[in-house]
Parts: sequence; structure tokens; C-alpha cells
Amino acid sequence: MSAPTSVAVPGKAAPLAGTDRRRRRSNSFKGGSPLVYGAALLVVVATLGPVVYAVLGGFRSNAQLAAAPVSLPDPWVFTNYVNVLTSSDFWRYAFNSIVVALVTTGIVVIFGVMAAYPLARYRFKGRNTLFMVFVLGLLFPLTVAIIPLFLMLRDLNLTNTFWGVALPQAAFALPMTIVILRPFLMALPQELEEAAMLDGASRIGFFWRILLPLSGPAMVTVGVLAFVASWNAYLLPLLILSDPAARTLPLGVASFSSEHAQDTAGILAFTSLAMIPALVFFLAMQKRIVNGLQGAVKG
Amino acid sequence: MSGQVRKRLEIFFFVAPALVLFALFVVVPVVQAGRYSVYRWNGLGPMDNVVGLQNYVDALGDQVFTGAVMNNLTIIVLSILIQLPLGLLIALLLNREMKGRTALRVIIFVPYVLAEVVAGVIWLMLLQPRGPVDAIFDALGLGGLKQLWLGDPDIALYTVMFVLTWKYLGLAVILFLAGLQGVPPDLYEAAQIDGASWWQVQRKITIPLLGPTIRTWGFLSMIGSLQLFDMVWILTGGGPANSTMTMATYLINQGTNRSLYGYSSAVAVLVFVISLVLAAIYQGFVLRRDAQDTPRTKKVKR
Repeated sequence: MSAPTSVAVPGKAAPLAGTDRRRRRSNSFKGGSPLVYGAALLVVVATLGPVVYAVLGGFRSNAQLAAAPVSLPDPWVFTNYVNVLTSSDFWRYAFNSIVVALVTTGIVVIFGVMAAYPLARYRFKGRNTLFMVFVLGLLFPLTVAIIPLFLMLRDLNLTNTFWGVALPQAAFALPMTIVILRPFLMALPQELEEAAMLDGASRIGFFWRILLPLSGPAMVTVGVLAFVASWNAYLLPLLILSDPAARTLPLGVASFSSEHAQDTAGILAFTSLAMIPALVFFLAMQKRIVNGLQGAVKG
Repeated sequence: MSGQVRKRLEIFFFVAPALVLFALFVVVPVVQAGRYSVYRWNGLGPMDNVVGLQNYVDALGDQVFTGAVMNNLTIIVLSILIQLPLGLLIALLLNREMKGRTALRVIIFVPYVLAEVVAGVIWLMLLQPRGPVDAIFDALGLGGLKQLWLGDPDIALYTVMFVLTWKYLGLAVILFLAGLQGVPPDLYEAAQIDGASWWQVQRKITIPLLGPTIRTWGFLSMIGSLQLFDMVWILTGGGPANSTMTMATYLINQGTNRSLYGYSSAVAVLVFVISLVLAAIYQGFVLRRDAQDTPRTKKVKR
């Protein structure tokens, strides 16, 4: 019997890594002409320009911004950032965003992997029908259901609560999660299950002790996608979280920019700080996000 | 026998939470949208004023709504016309041995990761009158071309389009780069030995083999354009003079701002039908080619 460690975990990232890349390297066109570097520089400037402008603009005063819209801070002004960081609003919005995103992600990953398991590895009548029910969910964007959803959450007294945003978000993320997880769970070798059964494990035991640990990478991928989607979400929170104390960061950014419309420097500082968590998270999880999106496309 | 029962119970145990959540927050609201759509109802009081299909007739007769549909279609077409060549060009340029390639790939993806709201607010600041964009035009001696970027009904939609391109080009590039990984290196080698230039290789080998990736990206781009809300809501709110109204902003305008819940539910159903029809057309005419392409691709690979 093979030790669990030697089992190859199926995953979409595997073929891209290692030897394949080395082979490519020797064969692809040797790049690096000045033209290519010039074009690359242009792309970088166009991509990062607005972001850098926002960050630097936060270090300027409104008078500086009015006198010379495009310029470096002179002198550097820290009050904008200090004001945001010492306001309780910013931290409350950030906290709300984190809680909503964590709850959403938790529900999506746990419910998703649970549902994907029988859909992938049990034989039963109606399995494909059940799977199709979830797949059909992909056809219904949140926009279509938003009005009844809003009324329903109002009747359930879930407006201005974390659950009011997290539960619908998780429900709408489930189809994609199950569509990504099911083939992954199907690809785990049958021998593994037979071996576990021989050793006296039940199907639930197999799920808990073997399948869950092995599907870690896929769960992280769907989890990261759900987290980012929740972190950036605007439409549902806009309708559900009308109480300023319940606002998430996107709502906070939008309301700050309309309430302080004249304070460009303040808006830039607030927006820049709101950007940081997403950017840090992206840099840490970059591979997962990109793989997840690519996997979804190849799906 | 008891084994069967046990299996049933297990299946129920595993699927029930997801199914209940899905039914409660996806299926029920979607069905409700269909039901509300035949009533005139403001969300309060009893729902007893059945108006049949009148809401649909009203929506299709409202020039603001049909204008919004046209705006969505314009955004779909322009997104593909602008982002496809640009994204392809950047992906082809980046798909080579060069310094800082990894960093470049991360950087180009940054706008995609930002919330639409955050990107929208930044661009709102950049585009304001006498703001940095205007200053750059002045500095380039193009001061005469300055516009009320978000305030002129003739220009606003294209300004929104520009910001959307900035935000979503990175996705196209990343997906195309992933597709390029699937092109077998032997092909490049063979073509280089035969003396093909860089451009010839791209045109004859790379781009055709990238077909499935491009078509899938096109589908994602279309779906995204159909649901466009956040960016427009932040930049213009659908104005000026409804010139940037999309189906989603129209829906929210009518629904939550004016409490026309029956009417906006009819709009939601129309949005769904329009999306479904476009998706089916795309599936039928564009994605179908993937099925036909597959054997040919395989032959090339061997």
C-alpha cells in the first residue's frame, strides 16, 4: 500500500511548473529589445500611474493639488493619512469588511466541499440532476435577484447585519465553487478510497481524514476567490447595509468621497489606505488568484 | 438495506446545507422576481394590484431603459474591440525572456484586484475638471482637447469605457499568457528553424492556437459588461442625462430609489432574458467553434 505522501494530487497548476518552464525558456524567442522594454515601461506607467498618484496625492494638501495637479508632495503632508488612521470610521469599515469576507468564505468553502463530495464520489440516482441545479445557478447573477433579495432580507430583519450580506454572497458563490471543486475531487484516485475502506474507514471517515487534507489546495483557491469577491463587493452591501456603523470598506470609500467632495487630498488618502489590504492580500495570494481564474476559464 | 438508508442519509447530510442556502438566497429571490414583475407594488402593504405584463410593456417603452440596453451593448462591443488587440499585444510582448517579467505580470494585474469602487473613486479624482488628467493634456499642449470627461453626455460613456479598459485589461493579459503556456515550444523551435520572423510566428501559430482562450475570455468579458454596476454608479451614477445608464443602474434606480418593486422586478427579468439570449448566441456562434477546432489543434500538436 502506498504511503499517502507519495500520492500525486491532481491540480491544474502542476503541468505549468518545473521542467515545462525550463524547456520553454530555452525555446521561446529571446526577448529584451529596447522596443519591448519601452512598451513594458509604458504598460507599467499606465497601470500603476493612477494608483501611485492616489498614494502620493494623499501626502499633499488640497492647496498643493489645486496649484499643480501633477506634482510630488512639497512639503510632505501627513495630516490626511493621520486623520484617516485616527478616525474610528476607517477601522470600523475595515473590521466590517473582514468579518463579512471571513464569514462568506467560511460558508462557501465548508458548504461547497461538503456538497461537492457526494456529487463527485457517490453513485446515486439524480446525481447529475442535482449537479445541474447548481450549475444553472451560474446563469443567475446577483443583479437579477437583488430586489426580491433586498425585500426578503428586510422581512427577515437581516438588514444591517453581517449575515444579511454574507449568506446571499455565499449562496451566489456556491455554483462556481462546486463547479471548480467537483472535478478536483473526482480526480482523486479510486484506489485511495478502496484502501481507506479496507482499513475500516467509513465514507465519512474517508471524507474527513483523506479527502479534506488532499483537497486543501483547491479549497484555498475557491476560498481566495470568494474572499476577494466579498472584499470588493458593492451592490449588495449598498442595499443591505444602510446604517453607517455597518458599512464595509467599499461603502466607506464611496460615502467618504461623496461626503467630503471638496477634500480631494483626504479622499486620496482614505482610498489609498482602503486599497492596502486588498493589495497585500493579492501579493500574498497572487498565485492562487491567478490559478483560480485560469482554472475557471479552462474549466 | 440499512446500508442504502445510511448512504441516503450521508448524501443528505453533505448536500443539504448548500442546497438550503442556495434555494433560500438564489432560487427563491429569482422566482420572486418573476412573481413581483406582474404586480404594481411599492414594497409596503398588500401586493394585490395585478397589472399583467404592463410592467414589461412600460419598461420596453421607456427610452431610458432601451438606452441603457444600448449602452450595455456598446460596452460589450467596445470592450472586446479594445481589449482583445491590446491584451493580445501585451501578452505576446510579455511572453518572452526578459528582465522583471514576473514583476511585470504582477503589476499588470493590480487594477483587476482593486475594488471597482476604489478604482472608480481614484479615477473620479483624476478626471475632475482642472484635475491631473486635464493638467497632463495642458502639459502636452493638447489643452484644446480637454473635455468635461464625466459631465458631457456625448463623452461620458467613452470615459467610463476608458476606465473599464484600465481596470480589466490585466485580466485579458493574464488569461492570454496562461493560454500561451499551452502552445507547445517545439512549434516555435520548428518555425524559427524555418526562418519565420517573430511576427509571422505570432500570426500563424500563436494567435490561432490561442483561439479557445480568447473565445472564453470574450464570454467572461460579455457577462461582466452585462452586469456592469459599481463603476458606473461611482463615476456618474448613470448620468449625465442618462448617457451612461446601464441595465443594472436603471434597475437599482427604479427599485430601491423609487420603490417601484414590481416594475424593477420586470426589469430584472428582462435583464436576465437579454443576458441569456446573448449568452446563447455567443455559445452557438463563437464557442461552438472550439468543438470543431479541437481535433485540428491536436493534429498540430503531434
